[in-house]
Amino acid sequence: MAATTLAQALNLGLRKALEGDRKVLVMGEDVGRLGGVFRITDGLHKDFGEDRVVDTPLAESGIVGTAVGLAFRGYRPVCEIQFDGFAYPAFDQIVSQLAKIRTRTRGRVTMPVVVRIPYGGGIGAVEHHSESPEAYFAHTAGLRVVSPASPADAYWMIQQSVACDDPVIFLEPKRRYWDREEFEPGAGAPLALHAARVARPGRDVTLVGYGPTVRVCLDAAAAAAQEGHSAEVIDLRSLSPLDTDTVARSVARTGRLVVVHEAPGFLGPGAELAASIGERCFYSLQAPTLRVTGYDTPYPPSRLENAYLPDLERVLDAVHHSLAY
Amino acid sequence: MRLLDAEGHRVEDPRWALDLSAEEERSLYRDMVLVRRFDAEATTLQRQGELGLWASLLGQEAAQIGAGRALDLRDFVFSSYREHGIAWCRGVDPVGMLGFWRGTAHGCWDPYHAGMANYQVVVGGHALHGVGYALGMQRDGADGAVLVCFGDGATSQGDVNEAFTFASVYGAPVVFYCQNNQWAISEPLERQTRVPLYRRALGFGFPGIQVDGNDVLACLAVARGALEHARSGAGPVLIEAVTYRMAPHTTSDDATRYRSADEAEEWAAKDPVARMRAYLERTGRADAGFFKEVDEEAETLALRVRGGCRAMPDPPPTAIFDHVYAGPHTLLDAQREEFTAFQAQFEDAP
Ligand SMILES: Cc1ncc(C[n+]2csc(CCOP(=O)(O)OP(=O)(O)O)c2C)c(N)n1
Ligand SMILES: [Mg+2]
Repeated sequence: MAATTLAQALNLGLRKALEGDRKVLVMGEDVGRLGGVFRITDGLHKDFGEDRVVDTPLAESGIVGTAVGLAFRGYRPVCEIQFDGFAYPAFDQIVSQLAKIRTRTRGRVTMPVVVRIPYGGGIGAVEHHSESPEAYFAHTAGLRVVSPASPADAYWMIQQSVACDDPVIFLEPKRRYWDREEFEPGAGAPLALHAARVARPGRDVTLVGYGPTVRVCLDAAAAAAQEGHSAEVIDLRSLSPLDTDTVARSVARTGRLVVVHEAPGFLGPGAELAASIGERCFYSLQAPTLRVTGYDTPYPPSRLENAYLPDLERVLDAVHHSLAY
Repeated sequence: MRLLDAEGHRVEDPRWALDLSAEEERSLYRDMVLVRRFDAEATTLQRQGELGLWASLLGQEAAQIGAGRALDLRDFVFSSYREHGIAWCRGVDPVGMLGFWRGTAHGCWDPYHAGMANYQVVVGGHALHGVGYALGMQRDGADGAVLVCFGDGATSQGDVNEAFTFASVYGAPVVFYCQNNQWAISEPLERQTRVPLYRRALGFGFPGIQVDGNDVLACLAVARGALEHARSGAGPVLIEAVTYRMAPHTTSDDATRYRSADEAEEWAAKDPVARMRAYLERTGRADAGFFKEVDEEAETLALRVRGGCRAMPDPPPTAIFDHVYAGPHTLLDAQREEFTAFQAQFEDAP
């Protein structure tokens, strides 16, 4: 068993998907010879050829729009959008076309398209390279939205997303690309694509994160343990559908919920969870659901990103507030 | 179209008469050397961790200085992230340009002061802005024009093609200036087009011209002509400046993964700065003293840039909340207060 990075795990998963079904295509800017700017598609062009691993012209609307047409024709395109901020030129094709074609055709046409988007901040990048656009997509009916936080999940979830007959917005936590984990690719059975996972069991408070903030929650839980507080950490893994069952089960025991995401708080996943957990766990709750999120501002220049991103201090502060209620 | 061949011999082209004094020619060379030196210093600063990223203009000095020097105060520029040479010609302080790359601000100069919008990172995102600005100029009866700069890759974007359409149907005073540096990160020109890019203009209904982008005299002449055309009310022009990105795409890129050393060598022989120098030397328009002076000036500039960059302070964290809205906003104002209180906790701690 070797330690694999999240980036390598995605590469292995994509390789499996390409091997498993000749209708699977990988397409995007620089995904061919270069292997993508994050090298997620490294070697795939060489091994599967340029008909299946396609360097596209520099146009995101073109990438997703042609993927829609390819899917219409029975292909299963996996599109790479180079950075989160460049998903927006494809936004119309994603929300008005990709998401709606199944409904429009009364189920006659299937859209098994995956749109891979490296997202989130923390890598010291220039403008448009650190966005967290998940709420836009989760707000759009017809799209499934998932985000792995670990190499093993990345490996399985990319394959499950390719196999899925609905469009999947696959959000890759880019600052975790280089995180390592020991796992045996292909061994064991994966969790369902849309199931949340208890990443660390605990009793006093439930911390919920996904993608890049799972690590932040785990670190906060470790710090809380030092103070004598037992925090349970849940990795949502999927934002649409949202596994509120798993969260509700946890909150029914802990009575306290803190949601952590990089995306701005206003109308974000934390707001949705606060509402749905409020509806389901009203009598178990000992404190209002607290959110630790990016601020409702444009993502700041990189010298300020540490102040913007939810970090251990802010999560711990929320834990204290929740416990003090 | 070219006015200097690869060895620096002057070629005459009756359509593009360019009558420059020796002093003007020397100053074009000087600008190219200075921006090249600035560019090299920025690359070094990135390597030393002072900048997060840098997109080098190496190889594109003639294309940028030629077009930049064709502009005057009436004009306005919308550019990509690579047009440091154009910004230089607009009088933007090079130290100021670095704030963006250092991560202290998304936009680090005043667009109205410079007559140039800030770097645009979204490929092609600014082309329509340039057209819109030009439409405003048209309405105001202003006699300037807009220069919109982008790369070969950008020509594939819908926004750029929409910009061509809007400019064409309204006859907007715009010069589209495409620096075809042969690559869009790892993708060669063939991934974007089957025809030479300047020919795209024809289909949109305005003139397109291809110019040797490593020939500063030709770039200046063509950009001047195109700007005059646009200012006169004759509508848009597309210029394709054929050049080469001699450096990797950015400091994050590894160009050896996708292009050959042979290709780089071939283009090194067409170096735009060396070409102008050969011309100045051959014609006796500059002497050894001049070149020495320029080199010294370049070193002084590099020193100033290095010092200025290192001394550039981080903005205060509350800057995150600044300039999001023109007026009060309840949510944001509350967040700023909360943020300030939270930060203060740590300041009080021993
Ligand atoms: C809309 C968008 N998509 C993708 C990117 C990532 N990206 C940055 S530069 C670049 C290539 C641009 O090539 P070109 O237009 O030729 O300009 P050059 O960098 O060569 O000057 C790409 C794909 C981006 N910045 N914006
Ligand atoms: Mg280019």
